[in-house]
Amino acid sequence: MDQLQLLVSGLANGCVYGLIALGFVLIYKATEAVNFAQGDFMMLGAFVALGLTNAEYMALPFWLAAPLSILVMAVLGYLLDLLVLRRLFGQSQIAVVILTIALGFVIRFVAGAIWGHEPQTLQSPLSQGDISLGGVVLSVVDLAVIVVTVLLTITLYQFFQRTRLGLAMQAASQNQMAAYVMGIPVKRVQGLIWGISGATAAVAGILFASKGAMDPNAGLLGIKAFAAAVIGGFGSLPGALVGGLIVGVIEPFAARYLAAGYSQIAPYALLLAVLVFRPHGLISQTRMKKV
Amino acid sequence: MSLLEIRNATLKFGGVVAVNDLSFAIEEGEVYAIVGPNGAGKSTVFNMISRFYAPFAGQFRFDGQDLLTVRPDQVANLGIARTFQNIELFDQATVLQNLLVGRHRHRQSTLLEELFFAPRVRAEERRHRHAVEEVIEFLDLQAYRDKRIAGLPYGIRKVVELGRALASGPRLLLLDEPASGLSVEETQDMRWWIDDIRRQMGITVLMVEHDMGLVSGVCDRVLALADGARLAEGTPAEVQSDPRVIEAYLGTGAV
Amino acid sequence: MRIQFKTSYDHDMRLFPDAWTACVYGALMVVMVLLPVLLDEFFLGEITNVLIWAIGGLGLMLLTGQSGQASLGHAAFLAMGCYSNTILIEQGLPFVIAFPLAGVLTGLFGMVIAIPAIRLHGIYLAMATIAVSVLADDVIVLLEPWTGGVSGKFPEPIVIFGFEIERWSQPGRFYYLVLAVTVISTLFYRNLLRAPMGRAFAAVRDSEVSATALGVHIPRTKAIAFGLSCMITGWAGALMGYHAGTFNNETFSLVISITLLMMIVIGGLGSIHGAFLGAAVVAFLPQALSMTTDLFGGSGVAIPGLETGVFGLILILFILFEPTGIYGRWLKIRTWFELFPFARKAMFRRQKSYLKTERLR
Repeated sequence: MDQLQLLVSGLANGCVYGLIALGFVLIYKATEAVNFAQGDFMMLGAFVALGLTNAEYMALPFWLAAPLSILVMAVLGYLLDLLVLRRLFGQSQIAVVILTIALGFVIRFVAGAIWGHEPQTLQSPLSQGDISLGGVVLSVVDLAVIVVTVLLTITLYQFFQRTRLGLAMQAASQNQMAAYVMGIPVKRVQGLIWGISGATAAVAGILFASKGAMDPNAGLLGIKAFAAAVIGGFGSLPGALVGGLIVGVIEPFAARYLAAGYSQIAPYALLLAVLVFRPHGLISQTRMKKV
Repeated sequence: MSLLEIRNATLKFGGVVAVNDLSFAIEEGEVYAIVGPNGAGKSTVFNMISRFYAPFAGQFRFDGQDLLTVRPDQVANLGIARTFQNIELFDQATVLQNLLVGRHRHRQSTLLEELFFAPRVRAEERRHRHAVEEVIEFLDLQAYRDKRIAGLPYGIRKVVELGRALASGPRLLLLDEPASGLSVEETQDMRWWIDDIRRQMGITVLMVEHDMGLVSGVCDRVLALADGARLAEGTPAEVQSDPRVIEAYLGTGAV
Repeated sequence: MRIQFKTSYDHDMRLFPDAWTACVYGALMVVMVLLPVLLDEFFLGEITNVLIWAIGGLGLMLLTGQSGQASLGHAAFLAMGCYSNTILIEQGLPFVIAFPLAGVLTGLFGMVIAIPAIRLHGIYLAMATIAVSVLADDVIVLLEPWTGGVSGKFPEPIVIFGFEIERWSQPGRFYYLVLAVTVISTLFYRNLLRAPMGRAFAAVRDSEVSATALGVHIPRTKAIAFGLSCMITGWAGALMGYHAGTFNNETFSLVISITLLMMIVIGGLGSIHGAFLGAAVVAFLPQALSMTTDLFGGSGVAIPGLETGVFGLILILFILFEPTGIYGRWLKIRTWFELFPFARKAMFRRQKSYLKTERLR
């Protein structure tokens, strides 16, 4: 029973990692850029929702604030692509990596300046109540996290596999020039995907802030989520979720069964092991270059 | 003994047979061309000689040495240099630096000597630079010597890539479509160079080429491929008039 | 515009392309040697800091700018250099042996790390190095008997053949030590660039297939690049330890790794000048910010995240408007003046390149 409880809380945490990882993978799949600021997007999304909902700020009802903050983050993602990333069109992957890391610094500073550095909790109807299932206590918020994550992953997966727009996005990432010539509006497609990923980050942020306290440095969670995305395989949406779940489940078990100093190491040690033995993740998409 | 001898080479990608039981041999000092429609497996043969692809079956011998026992980077040390179909230069470096990388297989200095730029490194560098200057003169690249690759026109890049392969001082030169994308004049230059490479430098040339004008102009023997297998082999005139080759190029019933 | 007539092969191998450049750098060297006389202790300490960061920047530049592998984990190697130097001296080795040895050990350690990392490209390498940086913190805590764990260590004063260098009481002497290491590291870097191995690094960066076809062994070359880079970074780490006066597991954090990488991007990737210019930005930014906040009636209390925030903003502006960094901008300005009044805007236009998928490598 004890292990089961650990497993369940691990799964809920893992879903949040998975949601952030989903944001990484979305952008990677469509633009082949890596958004290292995804964790900070999540943090910003949470603070926007918090600023709209919490009594000491604007005190809007949660069910109005949540979609509003998702919308705000989607617009922000789109604008970011429009104003910043579009200018990097054709530059190397590493340039984008460094740029988004820097962007993370800026977002962290701005969030700190607006909402302060004290940890705060989102006043969300999700954060109350527990459900007991055969001895395992599951909080409402954990259940919500799991359900939302699974639904979102399935929706996005279907979107990429089935819809014309999704396929266009994949094509645009494989070869921008060819996609452009084939009549895919590469730039608009990329802007859209940044918007979707911003929205995903906001969902992750709202769920995470309902689970516990939030401060501007919570964006650093993005690094762990990034590790999860790599473990799962960077080009694959289900892979991101699986990676997130693995990292989420490992953490509580490592904390329980390993000596204190070793438990934080576990996710990163696993990451290194995956990179050594399966360099492109558990669910990989890489092939040899043809000359 | 032939310089390069390939026997019963077969390569499959998944279920697709890219090269099927192919055998041919190249003699020292000749210019040999492989022709064939797109997807016939010409570049695949090159990539097997360069050891980028491991053949499914077959024997590869270069001057008596079994090629399949060496790593891809050791192929250059045996004296085989190559160019690529889609130019693979070091874009952020100058022409001179590109050609100097061609000399890498002659490097004798150790890392420690290089860190201190010991006299031996200096002496060796002089030799490398002398060899490279000769290539620059041979290919008329003086004007581009200190230019970065990234800003050079396509035709020049093609020549630089040929120069880089020559700088390594090879015995066998593999040219993957040396004339593709070149203008008529540039192709004419390429033809003279290939002639001179064989005559003056005594380098054996194996090339893949679509331009039959170039092939019949410089080549001693031609091998025609289709679907990874041999169609015909002989002098350019023989191969061009072979009914099977014409059929493979133009389709059935066109003869 | 200066035109060089090259008359011998040695010409291309010289440290300086012409007499004028040699004079400029000679004059710079004289000024650097005279600095302890010219500056007060505070500014001398700041310049020392710039040089230490520049050494670290040179180390990372060798890896990222030269061989094209971006590392977000170099703080781990700063830490390795710092701790191994201190521990070797505690074991009784003299500084003149311990310090170079610390660099070599860090280099070897870097090569060991590199062996699995070599197969990785782009973001995967970035992620692996991030993991190394995060793990370094925990490993230092776990190795408490040697590293002093969370409580950290205080390096002993440096003694070179009975000549004592104490960072606080003799800032001039410490400055000269740092300057010497800077000059040696820069010479190593420069020598490598004009020798076959340095060119092999560039070859690996630009095209792995053709490098292989020319006889460059990719894994070995990458491992050597990693090793040399870590060696120089290790020296920077050891000097950082002395400069800070104390260090623990949190001194060399992931933020330091990221700062180091951003620093060389701001300075200008692929050039020695870039490492120094970037280092100047990193070292002087905190001072400049505190002066600015004082100017606007700041209370003297540090605003959390301001430094990294502003630094991030500077970096974003550079990547957007001057991806070649400060040094690239300087080259353009110089060319403009040399050609005056014939320079045209189109001369400096960048070539657009279109991204091909990196999933095929």
